Amino acid sequence: MTAIDPTAHLTAEQIEELGRELDAIRDEVIAGRGEKDAAYIRKVISAQRKLELVSRGVLLFSFFPPAWLLGTAGLSVAKIMDNMEIGHNILHGQWDWMRDPKIHSTTWEWDHVSPSDQWKHSHNELHHTYTNVIGKDNDLGYGIMRVDEDQKWHPFHLGQPLWNFINACFFEYGIAAYDLELGKNLHKRRRKNPEFRARAKAVGRKIRKQVLKDYVIHPLLSGPSFLTTLAATFTANLVRNIWSHSVIMCGHFPEGVQVFERRSIKGETRGQWYLRQMMGSANISGSKAMHFMTGNLSHQIEHHLFPDLPSNRYAEVAVKVRALFEKYELEYVTGPLPKQVFSAWHKVFRLSLPNKNPKVKTPDREQELVAA
Amino acid sequence: MTSAALRSRAWKLLEMVTTPLLPSDYLDLVSPLRAGADLRGRIEAVHPETGDAATIVIRPGRGWRGHTAGQYVRIGVDVDGVRLWRAYSITSPTNRQDGRVMITVKAIPDGKVSNHLVRRAKPGTLIQLDQPAGDFVLPQAKPAKVLYLTAGSGITPVMGMLRDIEFDDVVMVHCAPRPQDVIFRNELHDLVADKKLRLTEVHTDTDGMLDIARLDELVPDWAERETWACGPAGLLDAAEKHWTEHGIQERLHTERFRPSIVVAGDGGEVTFSSTGKTVDADGATPLLDIGEEAGVLMPSGCRMGICFGCITPLKAGAVRDLRTGKITEAEPGVLIQTCVSAAAGPCDIER
Repeated sequence: MTAIDPTAHLTAEQIEELGRELDAIRDEVIAGRGEKDAAYIRKVISAQRKLELVSRGVLLFSFFPPAWLLGTAGLSVAKIMDNMEIGHNILHGQWDWMRDPKIHSTTWEWDHVSPSDQWKHSHNELHHTYTNVIGKDNDLGYGIMRVDEDQKWHPFHLGQPLWNFINACFFEYGIAAYDLELGKNLHKRRRKNPEFRARAKAVGRKIRKQVLKDYVIHPLLSGPSFLTTLAATFTANLVRNIWSHSVIMCGHFPEGVQVFERRSIKGETRGQWYLRQMMGSANISGSKAMHFMTGNLSHQIEHHLFPDLPSNRYAEVAVKVRALFEKYELEYVTGPLPKQVFSAWHKVFRLSLPNKNPKVKTPDREQELVAA
Repeated sequence: MTSAALRSRAWKLLEMVTTPLLPSDYLDLVSPLRAGADLRGRIEAVHPETGDAATIVIRPGRGWRGHTAGQYVRIGVDVDGVRLWRAYSITSPTNRQDGRVMITVKAIPDGKVSNHLVRRAKPGTLIQLDQPAGDFVLPQAKPAKVLYLTAGSGITPVMGMLRDIEFDDVVMVHCAPRPQDVIFRNELHDLVADKKLRLTEVHTDTDGMLDIARLDELVPDWAERETWACGPAGLLDAAEKHWTEHGIQERLHTERFRPSIVVAGDGGEVTFSSTGKTVDADGATPLLDIGEEAGVLMPSGCRMGICFGCITPLKAGAVRDLRTGKITEAEPGVLIQTCVSAAAGPCDIER
């Protein structure tokens, strides 16, 4: 925990009451889900497919610079839509209630090198259950970075601004490696584990297919535009990776977000779980278009409270959630994208060095450090 | 290389172009009824029949294989954004030239799909279709004498038969609350006027429920007739008993629309059908725990209803969402989150 617990003023009863109020918000949305919501996701999916189709078509003539620009921009947006508003949210089961087997968490596959089922395990199950718990939630720095004072410093962290930059450029590969728990599994003995090998194979298959599609087949189809189309698809993937990396960094890394110790979640009540999600997440403020392009992860706090509510409802939920933050005198961490991205990067740089002021440590933390 | 092999090569290449989607995902945007697509249909018209029944004219996709008179079709309709599947008898003849098929739907109280189809369905809407099914059909060899015994919307499969094939000697006994509730009444009376049908209407609001013993009086030669009966369970049970008592049960063909009615309760017997295990469950313990305690390998995840890692098909019965109290009944394609669902009466989980 951070030096001063920002929830210390709340009594146990208040926390449970907060939980009940959040449950009521959730129930209200669930009771009101219907035709309009279904029409929304169908419209988004169909728009994404059309945009991707048209952009790929335009890129057949990518040797012509305006076509390259237009096609690359369109494909970047299409890939971001596929990844964020569509893929991420469908895989959360947000649209399972429609009972449409084609728009369902069990059948959806996305334009991403991490297979859906692996991502669902590491993201939906581990990250969303153990949000911001050091040692349990590997999203906290993805196992390659130190993003909180309470995480142990190691000389390896000196390079973390660079790791983070590389991770941003090749984010989908980073995620796939992360879902495979590659670092942990590369030891000789674990490498041979048949379950790991099967998962690694599945990732390999997806990588092969994506690479073949983006870097071989589509460029080949463009004939004389081979090289420019290759550059275009590479750029679109780069744009998508950097964009999603930035959005996702804003979810839990900006200043003001809390992390938690493993034992603090023992016997956690529903109210306490909700409170942890509230304190462990951060939003991005901005226009409707901004929320759409982030897959509504700009409403990260609301998403973490209610990961299975349809994303198009987060905006209306946010108003009520924010009112609860005020009522219970808690800090709602939010800000425009540039500010949040800067804040997150600033933290990455700052924590690449050992803690300047060891006084921020809690007493038992210090003991642990001494013991170590 | 044969042309089939060539086509499959080309298709593989197309799949690589569209990966991780399939070419059909893009084709569905422009041509959802094409050959080779998942079977769908488009509602082309909705004609009211009575105050609470309507005929829906559907243009089926190219993959439609055609039906036999008396069969039903399962359709998947999106009601309030949720896809719900129901079976309806086909009422159009098999030789309809324009390729359309018709179903006739009676709105039942609280029926989500039937009310939607009768009152809200709009021409142009896409629906999901299964191939026609059911063995409530006419035999290859024409019977000399036929009896149709129907009640309420039980007339729909029989209407499909009446419109399809003419017999020399057909009698129909049809029950409905009031004259204006008789679906297809004008058409039936036209058939009577043309001497193609002998019809007895039983109006249960005034005449009371049909006592099966009255058949002797209404259709004296009923026992000699090949009979097709469709209606509520009470009528069919009585008919089956009556025909059996006379030792001529092979002459009676019945069709039941609702084989069982789910009664949502609190807890119940849970069957894990793939494993063959059956255990008693209370109404408060998540089915995930029930299954694990019974030694069934259950998929699991966060155990709090957020990760959707535990979803499993509900084959029969009903479950209650422990968070909202909402009841989910088994239907094809229904998956439940076992970590936040408890038995609401007997149920069958595919595990």
